[in-house]
Amino acid sequence: MTATATTTTGPLSSPTHAAHVAHLEPVLTARHVSIEYEVDPPVRAVDDVSLTLHRGEILGLAGESGCGKTTLAYGLNRLLKPPAILRSGEVTFHDAGGSDIDVVSLSGDALRAFRWDKVSMVFQGAMNSLNPVISVRKQLGDVLTTHRPQMGKAERAARSAELLALVGVDPGRLDSFAHELSGGMRQRVMIAMAMALNPQVMIMDEPTTALDVVVQRGILREIMRLRERFNFAVVFITHDLPLLLEISDRIAVMRAGRIVELDTSESVYARAQHPYTRQLLNSFPSLTGDRGSFVRTGVSTDAAEGEAS
Amino acid sequence: MSSLEVRNLVKEFTVRSGVRRGTLRAVNDVSFTLEPGKTIALVGESGSGKSTVAKMISQLETPTTGEILLDGQPIGRRGRALSSYRHQVQMVFQDPFASLNPYHTVAHHLERPLRIHGVAAGQALEPAVHDLLERVNLTPPELYAVKRPHEMSGGQRQRVAIARALAPGARFLVADEPVSMLDVSIRLGVLNLLARLQREENLGVLYITHDLATARHFSDEILVMYRGDIVERGPSDDVILNPQHEYTKTLLAAAPEPSRHGRLREEVRAELAAS
Repeated sequence: MTATATTTTGPLSSPTHAAHVAHLEPVLTARHVSIEYEVDPPVRAVDDVSLTLHRGEILGLAGESGCGKTTLAYGLNRLLKPPAILRSGEVTFHDAGGSDIDVVSLSGDALRAFRWDKVSMVFQGAMNSLNPVISVRKQLGDVLTTHRPQMGKAERAARSAELLALVGVDPGRLDSFAHELSGGMRQRVMIAMAMALNPQVMIMDEPTTALDVVVQRGILREIMRLRERFNFAVVFITHDLPLLLEISDRIAVMRAGRIVELDTSESVYARAQHPYTRQLLNSFPSLTGDRGSFVRTGVSTDAAEGEAS
Repeated sequence: MSSLEVRNLVKEFTVRSGVRRGTLRAVNDVSFTLEPGKTIALVGESGSGKSTVAKMISQLETPTTGEILLDGQPIGRRGRALSSYRHQVQMVFQDPFASLNPYHTVAHHLERPLRIHGVAAGQALEPAVHDLLERVNLTPPELYAVKRPHEMSGGQRQRVAIARALAPGARFLVADEPVSMLDVSIRLGVLNLLARLQREENLGVLYITHDLATARHFSDEILVMYRGDIVERGPSDDVILNPQHEYTKTLLAAAPEPSRHGRLREEVRAELAAS
């Protein structure tokens, strides 16, 4: 504790974590980011968060509803809408080309060129994020016409088909509409759209929450496969900690606008330091392991019931 | 002899695609017996028919064929026989944000079933409401009775929904995904509440879920449904630790298991290396 808690405000992490990140190359750095909702009284949704995302890693952002994880993601991507406002802090994108981009000061064409091209996003509730009245072809094409105006029609069609094939959807579905696709397929199309411009960072906000376990597993496998091939970094946001522990390289646990613990998945699972992380870890029963203290016939049942209400 | 039994339940829906008509068998020959003080978990993915089973038990859908028996008696179709069934078998729905009326107080939500089912009236209503709130751990009851749904958290709302189901004097609860809309840290609290009611008040619970881990820990028996059929059933530890059917194995392999971190990455790398 004494070695890790060098600053009073920073998240808890272990020496293993420091060793893990030492040789990694950063792709996105957030420093002291604070985001407020300008309502009366103002709500500080993200409070002095510093976070570094490394090239090709999966960073899990865990926390419960209202902890600020989606707001933070929107802040990283400059998608905040009033009344949300970035009060202070800096976000720097380290381009693969070598130049650094100050994300906070971007505006106009520079912002348009940055968004989706460098950092793309798979939105929460992706089941309903596709436009219901235009075809998949038009929606994928839209990204390409906006960001790659030099592309010809045939080239766009070829790229769209390639993207669908990449995410495991039959390219024959290009002319389908959202309602003709299953939930899993819609989610895959959303991922294809986020991948259209070969971004270096993809932010995924609860990408599998509304899906069944079996479909969910297929999508996760696809994300992992694409990550191996294209080496993009992923910020994976969810409240499903078991899932995060399984797929992420590192995990940031967020509570009330702050990151309370930041560590490798292994360390979080084996040696969580923050009481809140431990509480989250204890709030789901293990599928195949021993029955824990929360087992329904146990003595501690009522304590657990009371604590959680 | 006290039990809720479903026998050879079948539900077919007519589906139309253009001019063609066909039937979709959503539930195919499902039978089980729910006893007081026991929890049965019905697991499966969307479209497996588990919610259709719940709707038939709660009389929101009529079975195409098959029977539902309460204490050995077929349930009445109308009138007093049906309302007697409804006193005893109640539902808890998935979404506590949608299942409570935002205009009304908690007391209103609980008084209505108490009055309609003839459990309490007049002066007796307030103590009955307080008793229900205490049973679901919303204490002190005076504080919660006057609240409206928006003043409570998801977990508290779901407790109100459970209290409402208990109000008519239910002996059997059909809980359709009762915690999947709630944050992980409050899920266990609600499940523990159901477990306590089951234990202390001898309630029979049909727990419908796609979460295998809580199904294992909170039920005595698990039924696995796939495309309308029950493909596997047995004591919960047997089904989870020693699955027999291919589909159960697929479901289990798909469930996240935190102790296996890095597993998926290695699998994917091996696959890519092989191709």
